[in-house]
Amino acid sequence: MAVIEVRNLNKWYGDFHVLQNIDETVEKGEVLVICGPSGSGKSTFIRCINRLEEFQKGSVHFCGKDIHARDVDVNSLRAEIGIVFQQFNLYPHLTVLKNVILAPTKVRKTPKGEAEDLALMLLERVGIQNQAHKYPAELSGGQQQRVAIARALAMRPQVMLFDEPTSALDPEMINEVLNVMKDLAREGMTMLCVTHEMGFAREVADRVIFMDGGQKIEEAPPHEFFSNPKSERTQLFLKEIL
Amino acid sequence: MNYQFDWDLVLHGEYAEWIVDGLIVTLKISAISIVLSMLLGTIIAVFRMTKVKPLVWFSAAFTEFFRNTPLLVQIFFWYFGSSTILPKFVNQWLAHHDFEFAAGTIALTVYTAAFIAEEIRSGIFSIPKTQLEASRAVGLSFTQAYVYVILPQAFRIIIPPLISQSLNLIKNSSLVMTIGVADLTYMARQIESYTFHGFEAFTVATVIYLCISLLVSLIITQYNKHFLRKIVY
Repeated sequence: MAVIEVRNLNKWYGDFHVLQNIDETVEKGEVLVICGPSGSGKSTFIRCINRLEEFQKGSVHFCGKDIHARDVDVNSLRAEIGIVFQQFNLYPHLTVLKNVILAPTKVRKTPKGEAEDLALMLLERVGIQNQAHKYPAELSGGQQQRVAIARALAMRPQVMLFDEPTSALDPEMINEVLNVMKDLAREGMTMLCVTHEMGFAREVADRVIFMDGGQKIEEAPPHEFFSNPKSERTQLFLKEIL
Repeated sequence: MNYQFDWDLVLHGEYAEWIVDGLIVTLKISAISIVLSMLLGTIIAVFRMTKVKPLVWFSAAFTEFFRNTPLLVQIFFWYFGSSTILPKFVNQWLAHHDFEFAAGTIALTVYTAAFIAEEIRSGIFSIPKTQLEASRAVGLSFTQAYVYVILPQAFRIIIPPLISQSLNLIKNSSLVMTIGVADLTYMARQIESYTFHGFEAFTVATVIYLCISLLVSLIITQYNKHFLRKIVY
C-alpha cells in the first residue's frame, strides 16, 4: 500500500489556481525531490499532505486513509508526518532537548525519561548531542535545522516532508543538513523534499518532479531527469540552476 | 488654622490595627483578583484567536463592554444588581458569606481581565505565525500549542504592560469600599469619621498604596531581569 496517494489535487487562492490536477503516489521508502521555480506550488503541494494547507478538490490518502475522512483526527495525522521548514521554526523559549521532547510527551504521552533518551539518541544522530541544553538562538543555522529534523523524527513519523530545508542557510552549512537528510534516505525513510539541491537529488532521490505554474510538468528518475529532460520548461530550469 | 497633627493616632494603637486590617483586605482582594483576571484574560484572549465565531464574538463583546463602562458602575452592578438574576439558593449562600468581598472581586477581575486580554492578544500577535504552524505540524492541538509554545512566549513580551495592569488593579481596588468591603481606603475613611484626623489617615493610606505598587513593580522587574531569558528568534 502506498504511503501517500494524491489524486487530482486542486487548490485555489481566490482566482489563482495554485495547484492543478496533481496526481502522485509515494511508496514506502521512496525519496521524492520536488523542484521548480518559486511560486510553482511545490511548497503548497507538500503542505497539503499534512493539512497545513487545505485544498478544494481532489483527495490525499495517507496509508490508505483519506486525510479528510471524518474519523481522521488532524493531530494524529500530523503526528505521523514530520515536516521540516525553511526557517527551522524551533521554539525559542525552550532548550534544544525540550524542543525535541515537547511533542512526544504531549501528543504521544511518552514518559519524560523515555522521550529524553530518544531525543538524545536523535540529537547524536544529527551530530549535536552536546548542544542539548542550549537554546536555539545559541546555535548556528545549520545546527538549528538539524535540531528541527530531530524534533520531527522524535515523533517516529512514517513520512518526512522537507520544505526547502537548506534555502535559509549559509552555503557552508548546507552540507551538514544535506548529509543528515542523505543518511535518513539511506535508512529507508519515506521523504518528500522540496529543494534546489540537485546534488542531493542525483544522489538519493528515487524520482525527481519538476513543477511549474501549479502543474506537474515532468517526473523521472534522477539520471533520466538530469541527462534527458523532456519538457522545454524543465530544460530551461535546469540550465538556469545547474 | 488650628488643626493639631496627631500621627501617633494612626501609627499606634487601635487605629493602626484598623489600617493593618484594611491593608490585609486590600492585599487579599488585589492578589485574588490579579490571579483570576490573568486567567480570565488569557482565556478571553485565546478565544479571540480561535476560528470559532461565537467564541470570537463573545471575546470581542466582553472586552469592549467591560473596558468601556466605568468600574464603579460595574461594582454597583455586581453588588446591587446581581441578586436579581441569581437563583435564590445562590443568594442565600452569598448572604451567609462575604458577599461584598465576592462582588468586589468579581468586578475587579472582570474589568481588569478585559484590559489584560487585549495586552495578551497584542503579545500573541507579536509572535511569528510560524510558531503556531510548527507546533500544530508535530500534532499538538490548538490548546496545547497555545499552552506550551505561544503563551509562554507572549507573556515574556508583555510583562511590562501586565505590571501596569496589576498596579492599576491594586489602585482600583480602593473603589470596593463603596460597597462596604473593609479595605485600606474604607478603614482610612472610618478613622477619619471617628477622629476627624483625615489628613493623617489618608496620608498613611496613600503611602501604603505607593509602597505596594513600587514593591510589586520592583519584584516583577527583577524577576524579569534575572530569571527570564530574552527570546531571540
